[in-house]
Amino acid sequence: MKDGDYVAVGGCLFSRTPLALVRELLRQRRRGLTLARNLTCTEGEFLMVAGAVERIVTAWMSIGLPWGVSKVMRHYVESGRVALEEWSHLALGLRFRAGAMGVPFLPALTMLGSDLMTVGGMKTLQDPYTGETLAAVPALFPDVAVLHVHRADMFGNCQIDGYPHMDADIARAATTVLVTTEEIVTDDATRRHPDRTVIPGFLVDALVHVPFGAFPHECYGLYEADFDHFGEYTAAIDAAGPTAVADYLERYAYGPPTFADYLDLFGGERLARQTRRARELTASA
Amino acid sequence: MSTLCNAAELLAVMASRQLRDDTTVFAGVGVPLLAAALAKQRHAPRLTLVIEGGIIGPEIAPGRLPISTNEMRAGRRAQMLPGITDAFLFAQRGFVDVGFMGGAQIDQYGNINTTAIGDYWKPKVRLPGTGGANDIASLCREVIIVTAHEKRRFVPRVEFVTSPAWLRGDGSRRAAGLLFGGVSRVVTTLGLLGFDPETKRMLIEAVHAGETVETIRANTGFELGLAPTLETTAPPAADELEMLRALDPERRFLG
Repeated sequence: MKDGDYVAVGGCLFSRTPLALVRELLRQRRRGLTLARNLTCTEGEFLMVAGAVERIVTAWMSIGLPWGVSKVMRHYVESGRVALEEWSHLALGLRFRAGAMGVPFLPALTMLGSDLMTVGGMKTLQDPYTGETLAAVPALFPDVAVLHVHRADMFGNCQIDGYPHMDADIARAATTVLVTTEEIVTDDATRRHPDRTVIPGFLVDALVHVPFGAFPHECYGLYEADFDHFGEYTAAIDAAGPTAVADYLERYAYGPPTFADYLDLFGGERLARQTRRARELTASA
Repeated sequence: MSTLCNAAELLAVMASRQLRDDTTVFAGVGVPLLAAALAKQRHAPRLTLVIEGGIIGPEIAPGRLPISTNEMRAGRRAQMLPGITDAFLFAQRGFVDVGFMGGAQIDQYGNINTTAIGDYWKPKVRLPGTGGANDIASLCREVIIVTAHEKRRFVPRVEFVTSPAWLRGDGSRRAAGLLFGGVSRVVTTLGLLGFDPETKRMLIEAVHAGETVETIRANTGFELGLAPTLETTAPPAADELEMLRALDPERRFLG
């Protein structure tokens, strides 16, 4: 990854966010990035406070309803320090899909007539068959995709459980694809369930084995998002403003030399609790 | 059990009554999803919930309400997890009967602003953004808005149209290329609002027990007409409130 890159982040909101990769990006002190993610959560706040992003391309940014509108987002966007380029959720999904398909745009029926059309400069076109007005949703081809998956093999074939989000399209659309995985499996294991493979290995440039690589966000079936942690994080921001995030980054991103040291800050008991909760929610009913 | 309830409970109960059995509903998190879960439990067992995180047919567990549209809680016992883009494409294809969502600021034509107050690039107040609200408002066959009734929310013209309803009335929705849908009803803490079939301006269809046309007008920032027949809604029943409260015992959304 280079300064100024256009980076697409996999997962959605606090689900399967590649936080180990985001932590590394922070540690490398990247600058001038554009971040594209359909729903943006704490990782967007980290990158704003670290001074790593100039622009965030998203449909929504905050943590979640109980924690209110993101104070960090408001601070950086209202002061003009970071541009927030808003697309509808489907439009952003179709931008990745058009990229994945290798076409310059996709016709769609969404965002029409709204003021969102002008924000990202979406154009309309006339259906050559019926004359109807259509949205021409432009393809997005990110420089780099950062993704976290459930399992992958030595060739980079990736499998995702539960919510697919937009990862498969993002991987196809991006020039460079960086992946962390909960588990490395054998070639035979992939071949036993090829229907589960959503990203073929020939798309993947680098793969790293990082269990709990999305924590404290969730990974479907493996661990639930740590809402207590979000509560503590937002309470600190409520008390001290965005500088609380700078302190948080010292403690969680810049301080711990390895990801294992990072996980130690949460402790094994917390990880075990969140693992148990995920099993309760996804155990076959 | 007492049938006294707070504003969020009243809103959730009134919203749940809008949903019919054997339909599909695209529900936003918070009170809309809570109301949809209540409808499914009480009078619409074959209501299929569609959630923008890419979820079809979940059964929300009482006490484990999702906070977001794409976490494990939202997809509990789901029938299908098609992914986000494809979930919306079911709506674009015309398969979703009702869009069910909230809104920060709403105008007399039902348009919603959840983007910004003030200039877009230099906002006075930046809101979280559309999420899937624009898509729900554009693509569902019918849209029902669920919101607290406050004068600051009900403005003559929204400063930014995040989610299009009837735009400026007079056919501008259809002219923009939106083939179907539009807001049919606004459920609030004071009553039920609809739209004039000709002008597409908002009007009062019903008041909740204890409220009047005057209180609704006093809490609205634009002129509100009256439907030909004005109804009074039945107050929340004890069993509705009981089921609702069991769904959100932590009172994350019921206050």
